[in-house]
Amino acid sequence: MRLLPELGLVCLESIHMSEHNLLSIKSLSVSFGGLKALTNVDLDLNQNEVVGLIGPNGAGKTTFFNALSGLVDVSSGTLEINGKSHKWPKPYELIDLGIARTLQGVGLFPELTVLENVMIGANKTAKSGLIASALGLSGSDELRLKQRSMIALERVYTASLADEKAGSLPYPVTKRIAIARALVSEPRILLLDEPAGGLGAQDIEWMNSLIQNLASQCSVILVEHHMDVVMSVCDRLYVLNFGEVIASGDVESVRRDPAVVEAYLGVSH
Amino acid sequence: MINLRDKGAEVWENQGRAGRVAIAVGGIAIAASLPFMGGTILNTPIADYESVLVYPIAMFVLMAIGLNIVIGKSGLLDLGYVAFFAIGAYTMGLLGTKTGLNTWEILPIGIAMAMFSGIILGVPALKLRGDYLAIVTLGFGEIVRIVALNLGALGRSEGIQGIPTPPGIFGIEYAFDSHRIYYWTLLILILFAIWMVRRLSVRRAGRAWESIRQDEDAAELLGVPTFKYKVWAFVLGASVGGAAGVIYASKTLFIAPDNFTLQISILILACVVFGGMGNIWGVILGAVILGYLPDRIRFLSEARLLVFGLVLVIMMNLRPDGLLPRKKREKALIKKGSS
Ligand SMILES: Nc1ncnc2c1ncn2[C@@H]1O[C@H](COP(=O)(O)OP(=O)(O)OP(=O)(O)O)[C@@H](O)[C@H]1O
Ligand SMILES: [Mg+2]
Repeated sequence: MRLLPELGLVCLESIHMSEHNLLSIKSLSVSFGGLKALTNVDLDLNQNEVVGLIGPNGAGKTTFFNALSGLVDVSSGTLEINGKSHKWPKPYELIDLGIARTLQGVGLFPELTVLENVMIGANKTAKSGLIASALGLSGSDELRLKQRSMIALERVYTASLADEKAGSLPYPVTKRIAIARALVSEPRILLLDEPAGGLGAQDIEWMNSLIQNLASQCSVILVEHHMDVVMSVCDRLYVLNFGEVIASGDVESVRRDPAVVEAYLGVSH
Repeated sequence: MINLRDKGAEVWENQGRAGRVAIAVGGIAIAASLPFMGGTILNTPIADYESVLVYPIAMFVLMAIGLNIVIGKSGLLDLGYVAFFAIGAYTMGLLGTKTGLNTWEILPIGIAMAMFSGIILGVPALKLRGDYLAIVTLGFGEIVRIVALNLGALGRSEGIQGIPTPPGIFGIEYAFDSHRIYYWTLLILILFAIWMVRRLSVRRAGRAWESIRQDEDAAELLGVPTFKYKVWAFVLGASVGGAAGVIYASKTLFIAPDNFTLQISILILACVVFGGMGNIWGVILGAVILGYLPDRIRFLSEARLLVFGLVLVIMMNLRPDGLLPRKKREKALIKKGSS
């Protein structure tokens, strides 16, 4: 396997502070019945920054992504993108806001081929409508979707698997394809939910370098349990515990924060 | 048990262009020659063989292809599909008896009416998922029938009589008892429907439906306008049902609410499930068998429904995914969490 040559170079240097945060979330709260899954969570994300969102199981990390992507109802909180205030998006509006996410686990469509999976992610770049597609008039659109998708697959070194059924592939490969599928829409913000979850050491290392490399083209919020990955790719961290941010800041200070050590690092790793 | 679907797909994929054309032409020729097989083992005792070919067989096939777009392709459980069949039939009945329009002119109108009602039903109903959608569509099927039963203009329980047969076309005459002509007409509609579905399956719409069926949330997050695609599937399915209805009314010359009961919706659904949801060839096979079987064993009189039910139960136990299931499902990957 060829490793990415640009490793690590793009990461820190390319952060330029603009006037506004690319993404700014203020006092986000989500509750499920009586359970407060998120309480007054603030989170900022800058251009080309990789921000880690960590915390023990059930801390509310996936719920945070779900809130931001419209899969759960937000009880309160505000959302700003590029300094402009936005309503909390519906799931299908996410891509248009320049946000793409991967799902915890795999989340590929198992009965479609790898290429088809990625082409669905590229959907918004198609121009022709449904009727044209029904009558078979959308050939050039189809070709363009295909090309874009192949480029995305090449980015994660899985282009040779384009015609395989997604459900027939080994787990680590599907994790990469899921990232290609998110990248194909050329998002400004990428939400990764445990991209290294369930991977072996070698694949984790590979994922690690991919994420670092991604920061040159977009900003990333990373939810991840593997601390070595988190520590090496993230510029800043937010630590969630029972739905609340108990610490945030650069990696080193968070690592030394006693509350964090107690709630998370000290216990499970 | 051997996997007929994969065998079939393999044969097809290994053919060159000429081979594929040969298979298609051969298949169409066999289908087209069925009306001449009345003297063979295929004959249906008691029922008139050629008329059985038209209804239920060809009509079921057409409707099952339409319903398969809704259920098999996009995973929406529609229990009121008969409504679209009824709307096509009543459009033909009403316009055919009240205006000078002929069947060929009414056909697009009937299709449009069915599609329009597909939108009327689909837009509110498709906001629901799963069981709720099934219940609403079931209600819709009944509402259409009950409206027909109570509306004077639609003849109430008497229905509409004296619906005209189609005018001759290309020198072919449609007498009400020339079953084979109707059969071939339906065959052409079926071929057109197959062409449309296959066309859609390989392109954007097909992929979008497939993604909705497999994981609606994920599809939506990827920017697939799931609602639009669901309505579209519904409306396309409705158009096929409407077309079937127009031809049906123009063949039987007499329609009444009793022709459009819930039982039809269930039977068509059974064709789809029995044949293999999502795979058009399976669905066609299912509709042929379920349309044909009750008439083939009609000599069993009352016991035939029992036998019919038994066959269904046994088959669904042997082949839970249907006779020719959709592409073979790969073993689900173990969803590994982490921590
Ligand atoms: N749709 C839901 N309905 C009810 N409760 C939910 C729902 N989604 C999550 N929860 C609850 O909210 C809490 C936070 O869950 P969440 O999935 O966000 O945790 P997480 O930090 O992603 O954990 P993990 O590391 O295990 O993925 C948990 O107690 C969970 O049971
Ligand atoms: Mg989670």
